[in-house]
Amino acid sequence: MSDRGHLEGEHFMSGDDACAEGAISAGCRFFAGYPITPATEIAERMSDRLPEVDGTYIQMEDELGSMAAVVGASCGGVKAMTATSGPGFSLMMENIGLGIMLETPCVVVNVQRAGPSTGLPTMVAQGDMMQARWGSHGCYSIIAVSPDSPQEVYDLTIKAFNLAERFRLPVLVMTDAAVGHMYEKVVIPPLSEIELVPRRRPNVPPEEYWPYMPDDDLVPPMANTGEGYRFHATGLTHDEQGYPEMTAEAQDRLVRRLVEKVERYRDEIIEVEEDSIEGSEVVVCTYGITARVAMIAVERARQEGIRVGMLRLITIWPFPQDRISEIARQVKAFVVPEINYGQISLEVERSAAGRAGTILVPHMGGDVHNPETILEAIRQAVK
Amino acid sequence: MNVIATTDETQEKHPLEDYLRVDRLPHIWCPGCGLGTILGAFLRSLLESGLPPDKVSVISGIGCTGRVAGYINLDSFHTTHGRAVAFATGLKLANPELKVVVFSGDGDLAAIGGNHLIHAGRRNIDMTILCVNNFNYGMTGGQFGPTTPETARSTTSRAGNIENPFNMPALAAASGAVYVARWTTAQVHQMQRSITEALLKKGFSFVEIISPCPTYYGRMNRQPTGLDQMRYYRSNSIVRHGANPNEVGVGISGQIVTGKFIDVERPYMPGPGNGDNGRQT
Ligand code: SF4
Repeated sequence: MSDRGHLEGEHFMSGDDACAEGAISAGCRFFAGYPITPATEIAERMSDRLPEVDGTYIQMEDELGSMAAVVGASCGGVKAMTATSGPGFSLMMENIGLGIMLETPCVVVNVQRAGPSTGLPTMVAQGDMMQARWGSHGCYSIIAVSPDSPQEVYDLTIKAFNLAERFRLPVLVMTDAAVGHMYEKVVIPPLSEIELVPRRRPNVPPEEYWPYMPDDDLVPPMANTGEGYRFHATGLTHDEQGYPEMTAEAQDRLVRRLVEKVERYRDEIIEVEEDSIEGSEVVVCTYGITARVAMIAVERARQEGIRVGMLRLITIWPFPQDRISEIARQVKAFVVPEINYGQISLEVERSAAGRAGTILVPHMGGDVHNPETILEAIRQAVK
Repeated sequence: MNVIATTDETQEKHPLEDYLRVDRLPHIWCPGCGLGTILGAFLRSLLESGLPPDKVSVISGIGCTGRVAGYINLDSFHTTHGRAVAFATGLKLANPELKVVVFSGDGDLAAIGGNHLIHAGRRNIDMTILCVNNFNYGMTGGQFGPTTPETARSTTSRAGNIENPFNMPALAAASGAVYVARWTTAQVHQMQRSITEALLKKGFSFVEIISPCPTYYGRMNRQPTGLDQMRYYRSNSIVRHGANPNEVGVGISGQIVTGKFIDVERPYMPGPGNGDNGRQT
């Protein structure tokens, strides 16, 4: 990839703009989307930037088509993405499932706003975290990350593309209206310093290529359309050759692999940020914009003499359950603020498995938490 | 001892064998279904067109026609219900050197996928749509669909369909297709010639192929075998090239106007000079 069009340097930009730049740096050359607040700025920037780097921007008729086009583009050999918010995310679920079944690398960004339904289009929420995990029908594993600043949006968008190629699946960047519309300093490193994961290419001649014959790590090498491999890919349950196989055995083999290719590599995927967890009696566990708000409460609690740690989840799915389970042995409770009525808190509770309490600090969206409510929960936790 | 000759030794290879996934045959279609005829015509058209097969990709949605992709030995995708055109749009724009063919049914293209169809036509995406119209949803057991003629019976309109059907050539033409034709499975040669033309046409080309579904549509509408439906097509089809697409609606009985209705030029996507999109090699 040439450096042309790579905006190396220091910038003052929004999370949405940083997302577009992260995608460009990662080598994304195809964007299909549908305008939706608060993600529209990503589409706008991609429509400007992609032509500069020989890429393609297409504004589809809806999010069903956007996601289908992204999967199609990636099958054509191009790094592809889309960006949306709640209502569009709901529509994309169908073809996120197709991406999972066809094992198509791609990136889906959800700049979360408050729902259900049209909700508060311009205002923040974190209500789609469980939808990110379970939103498409059937059984599968997914990878989702959650940035807390424009800089991290940039970094995690690149990481999302890398994970997508590494594991051959759609990777979700779960940001939110606050981070998406926040302007901050974003440092874009030289292209040569950015590590990019290339597509895993077939290592057998076309006659011997089976599109779903996995390597030892359960991920199959991927031929692109038009290279002479003449493969078939179907959303039906299929065998290693890509042919439909309507049996419980084939279903077991395929779905188990789709799940295991992610779950077996949890340690490679999962990223968290920890602050003063050692020796703490309570740990605030949160993600995205809420982590920044929670930090205010954590600092005040420390001034009050409470030994409080902070665990910021950068990877949301697969869930960092092992680390939480470990921490649960040493603390009284986890305080989990999130802009929903309890989603990730359920996972924290499950991971803590009764060894430590879980105190949810919910917020219905439209705004971030008042740090005071989180502080109060921290006080309760140590009582 | 009798020696039973193997295929390899005594028979010439079938000219279409390279283009079929022979290991997947026999296919799942019912006896008398029109899909085999259409698949054969498509493959002969593909040969006739001279397009390099490795650069041709077939995309299907869901339904009886949706299974076509699985039998064709090209890069082929069996996608989600209705999204074949949107998937194909992404594939074509990302990889402009491909010839992209969407092979799907009337329900997939005109009902659940109707929005993608009309917008791909509006954009004049360089792709060929082969729309197999059997006037009902076959795969799910013969329910009425967007093309079912008024009064036709189906498993969800036992007293007769009360809805007004789409006239597919008119829909395609109104959307912006640069090539629109209709044939029945009783007109194999014309169909084949037309598919070849469509494959070689730059822009959004649309060929509707009216096809028997004896198992459901035919059986429920007094044409219980494939042959009955073919006889009906034979005696009721007329060829009228250049006919106004708005005037070629199909009823439960009466004439079926066939022919090439539209063949015009219009700027298409992806245009010349489209970048290589940094394809992963
Ligand atoms: S149900 Fe109808 S369309 Fe489907 S395979 Fe049978 S005859 Fe053909």
